[in-house]
Amino acid sequence: MGQVSQGSSGFQLGAAEPHGGAFLAQPPSSRRGSRRSASGVARVVILVVILAFLLVPLVGMIEFSTRGDYGARSLDSYAAIFSYPNMVDGIVTSLEIAALTVLGMLALLVPTMVWTVVRVPRMRRVVEFLCLLPLAFPAIVLVVGIVPIYRWMGQNLGAIGASPLTLALIDIILVLPYSYRAIDSSMRSIDTATLADASRSLGASWPRTILQIIVPNLRGGILSASVLAIALVLGEYTISSLLSFQTLQVVIFLLGKRDPYVSVAVSFGALIFAFVLLFVISRFAPGAVHRGQHTVEEPA
Amino acid sequence: MTATVANSSVAGHGVAVAFEDLHRWYGSVHALDGLTIDIAPGELIALLGPSGCGKTTALRALGGLDEADAGRILVDGADITHVPTNKRNMGIVFQAYSLFPNMTARDNVGYGLRLRGVDPAARKRRADEALDLVGLQPQAGRYPHQMSGGQQQRVALARALAIEPKVLLLDEPLSALDAKVRRQLREEIRRIQLMLGITTLFVTHDQEEALAMGDRVGVMSAGRLEQIAAPAELYDRPKTRFVAEFVGLTNRMPGTADGDRVVVGGTSVPLLPGSAGRGPVIALVRPENIRLTALTDGAAASAGPGTARVVATSFLGSLGRTQVVLPDGSLVVAQTAASDSSILVPDTAVRLEVAPNPVFTVEPEPASSSAATAVA
Repeated sequence: MGQVSQGSSGFQLGAAEPHGGAFLAQPPSSRRGSRRSASGVARVVILVVILAFLLVPLVGMIEFSTRGDYGARSLDSYAAIFSYPNMVDGIVTSLEIAALTVLGMLALLVPTMVWTVVRVPRMRRVVEFLCLLPLAFPAIVLVVGIVPIYRWMGQNLGAIGASPLTLALIDIILVLPYSYRAIDSSMRSIDTATLADASRSLGASWPRTILQIIVPNLRGGILSASVLAIALVLGEYTISSLLSFQTLQVVIFLLGKRDPYVSVAVSFGALIFAFVLLFVISRFAPGAVHRGQHTVEEPA
Repeated sequence: MTATVANSSVAGHGVAVAFEDLHRWYGSVHALDGLTIDIAPGELIALLGPSGCGKTTALRALGGLDEADAGRILVDGADITHVPTNKRNMGIVFQAYSLFPNMTARDNVGYGLRLRGVDPAARKRRADEALDLVGLQPQAGRYPHQMSGGQQQRVALARALAIEPKVLLLDEPLSALDAKVRRQLREEIRRIQLMLGITTLFVTHDQEEALAMGDRVGVMSAGRLEQIAAPAELYDRPKTRFVAEFVGLTNRMPGTADGDRVVVGGTSVPLLPGSAGRGPVIALVRPENIRLTALTDGAAASAGPGTARVVATSFLGSLGRTQVVLPDGSLVVAQTAASDSSILVPDTAVRLEVAPNPVFTVEPEPASSSAATAVA
């Protein structure tokens, strides 16, 4: 290392190395060592704080939901989940809404996005804006706007109109911003327009092109969008409550007033369900390298 | 590569294709301005032109990927202008890599056959034949990301041919490849096209590719077809100023025309049809039509009209390119056999002559001087 000189500006610049390279001056080794250890400690502290932030509530939930008589640990709260008919109904209803929401969201979003990219690219910004719009409206505003429609459906569409499953219609709108982002990033990793053109030129109809060519190559994005949608639907409370539908979160809230231990056990179970979904994604979603159009070296 | 016309299931019969007064607007841009081309059965037409000239729009219109606003497209006598893409039976190879990433090479090639209801065994056999045609049967089980760019484009060609298309459309399929692979694949495409006798439209901005591959080459500019002719005719007898200046390397040399001939570099040469015919003109002279003769010291001392001085030489393998400066300071490029140009080192005094081959002339631009300039 060349000599260290002190510049007038206060920056330390090293002299040129014998082979011609100039380097930023390094601090003395003792200072370097202390800095390294200090940054290592900082990293550990940040890691501990983040883990604590994430895990302390979970540990708290486990601790609370496993409290038994006389200070003993018990899984009675978990066993009791299914003894509450409303809870079972709430779980089933939320899962049904989630499934409908995912199907509706994919049916609406994937063809629209593919069509936009392939046929009317100038509309991409408009579609993006429309999909992100729900982020700008608080749930209460959406409910106020949509209550008349739900009232009309309840009065005119019989059992279907009064079913909590109609919540899927509004949930599809709520999940659009997150699902759009997940699918859009996946779509940008492939040349959607060229793949669609190639498929069409070979004789495929639009439905076939989307189902056999585009969707398989957007699998990662579609899985991410689906999991986000499921997680949002399972966690949605405001709209369900204001529209007086008994979904999982509404039942958990009501149960919390009567039996908070079971209520927390259900919440913990819902989180575990979300983790399992994330695992499924990481397990089954293809890696980017397999989806993209990367090439190997030309053979000699 | 063992497939032949006889044993290959991808052998086809060429059909005639006609563009009739085709128009396409993108907003205020007239991408196709009355395009009319007749393509004979089995012919390979190369469409050449700068970016934005409308050549890809023409190809996409023929493939059904873009709609014409006016005019007709006829294939084998049938009007297909409004037939959807997936009903046209066109094989298209795109500029971008277009293999389906979720499928192997064999599945990619067999996809079009699957859509046509070909049973799996026959599909596999025909896909393997098509891959054999492009020399990639051993890679049939590979996914696109496991193949090089050249291999991917070969598979894309096999995929396009496997459906026995009426017309093969090649949309700059070589532009993403390096020079060596590009040349190999170009020759391979031409060999297969001639073997199958399939009518082909090849779009490129690479002059060498167009001239090397096309039975005829169409030069487009601003949505219009400037000229369509055999490569040699296009090069030697351009009909418009754009073609004369766009195709090949050209020296712009001042001259004086009298209606039929032009005197340029001291030589009287015939004018090509369409040239500017009288008075001061700019003659567009090919570098290979410039002859340079090294002068002795005595002759060099009396520099005058027709003499020049070498400023640079380039070795191009069998050819040599020599850049000379005229007494008025303008530059002229000459191209000769490498053996002839080897003696022309920089600063050599030379005599410059123009070969008596017909040239295209244009009106001198007001801003330009009478100096000669070499343009690519």
